[in-house]
Amino acid sequence: MGEEGATLTRPLGLLAELTHRCPLGCPYCSNPQALERREDELDTETWARVFREAAALGVLQVHLSGGEPAARRDLVAITASACKAGLYTNLITSAVGVPDRLINALADAGLDHVQISIQDSEAASADHIAGYAGGFARKRALAAEVVRLKLPLTINAVIHRANIDHIGALVALALEMGAARVEIAHAQYYGWALRNRAALMPTRDQVMRTAAEVEELRTRHHGRIVIDAVVPDYHARFPKPCVGGWGRRSLNVTPSGKVLPCHAAETIPDLEFWSVRDHALTEIWEQSPAFNAFRGTAWMREPCASCERRTVDFGGCRCQAYALTHNARATDPVCQLSPDHALVEALAVTQTEVSYCYRRM
Amino acid sequence: MTEAPTPISPDAQPRLPRGVRLVHNEAQGGWVLLAPERVFKADAIAAEVVKRCTGEATFAAIVDDLAATFSAPRERIVADVTAMLRMLADKKLLEL
Repeated sequence: MGEEGATLTRPLGLLAELTHRCPLGCPYCSNPQALERREDELDTETWARVFREAAALGVLQVHLSGGEPAARRDLVAITASACKAGLYTNLITSAVGVPDRLINALADAGLDHVQISIQDSEAASADHIAGYAGGFARKRALAAEVVRLKLPLTINAVIHRANIDHIGALVALALEMGAARVEIAHAQYYGWALRNRAALMPTRDQVMRTAAEVEELRTRHHGRIVIDAVVPDYHARFPKPCVGGWGRRSLNVTPSGKVLPCHAAETIPDLEFWSVRDHALTEIWEQSPAFNAFRGTAWMREPCASCERRTVDFGGCRCQAYALTHNARATDPVCQLSPDHALVEALAVTQTEVSYCYRRM
Repeated sequence: MTEAPTPISPDAQPRLPRGVRLVHNEAQGGWVLLAPERVFKADAIAAEVVKRCTGEATFAAIVDDLAATFSAPRERIVADVTAMLRMLADKKLLEL
């Protein structure tokens, strides 16, 4: 078998999970179900070192995320250190607990872009999904301040059964809020979303209608707002090339300093993750066992190993393969060529009217 | 294929909006356009065009400059640069 894709590339993006603390309780949160504690979080100076090492490694963009990154009292200093390292800085925020003066200070520190999440197109439903009263109003207010500061704004909407019929209204809201870009991101079933899967899963009819609607919205709003979509992969025929291929384009640093190929990687047992507390970032990227576990194509089994799509989607998502088959080397069962594809088809039609299990510490 | 892009006024002063910047990065092997949560590799020609989109130079001046720099026919430069700038503007990577 070939070793295509095994050539060591340089990562473009680094997801910095500054903290797992967050006032919201979104049931599809991508954080792990075992959240890391405040006392284990990296300090300001260590983040600054990570950013310098990231820039030297080739990283161009850092995504300051969480949890809610503003839960860190030193967010301005952290952001300034990323800017000083020469990185393009992106704040991924819930807007809750982010006062206007903080966003002003971040803009002064050199912040390049802001992404604000919204949970639905109207307040009652949005606040119910987030498990936080008043969140929707705060998001609109912070968006107005971001626009006033002339910072570019993206609105991110995670899509699931309760809001999938509101996509047109969500895009209209993003336009009204002054965003130049909106992410229509179908829930991906890891972390808390995996736990809430049956409560979140849209029906096939909803998914089919949405696909056509997104195309129509793109045409209607062409040149006014960029609509990026994350596909509902349980309803797809081929898997997504998760994070652009394992250990190829991005890396993720957890609040306590563990470096992961993707935010869900810790769900795969027996992977050895290295920490920025013990190793330089380049050393971790090049040599850590977790990053090398699924790089390239040599680890693949059939049907991936001889598939012509093996360097297109890299066998799909390793975390999803493990979550659904208990074998991290298996073909992502989203793939119609997977012997386990029936599992996904069954889950895609499993909709249960149960209360959300909100994400809590 | 797609129809010809809408012409750009000679007086337009194209510029990169806040949040979009062109950088040269050795580790990534050349010019890249950094934008909100997106990275676009820029070839040498695209970089030469985007570098001139300062918000001060007019479209006419940019075309003259490129025609002189690359000793290319002006009409050809107008067509190519119009297509490139319209494409960038559609992706919200440029303001015209």
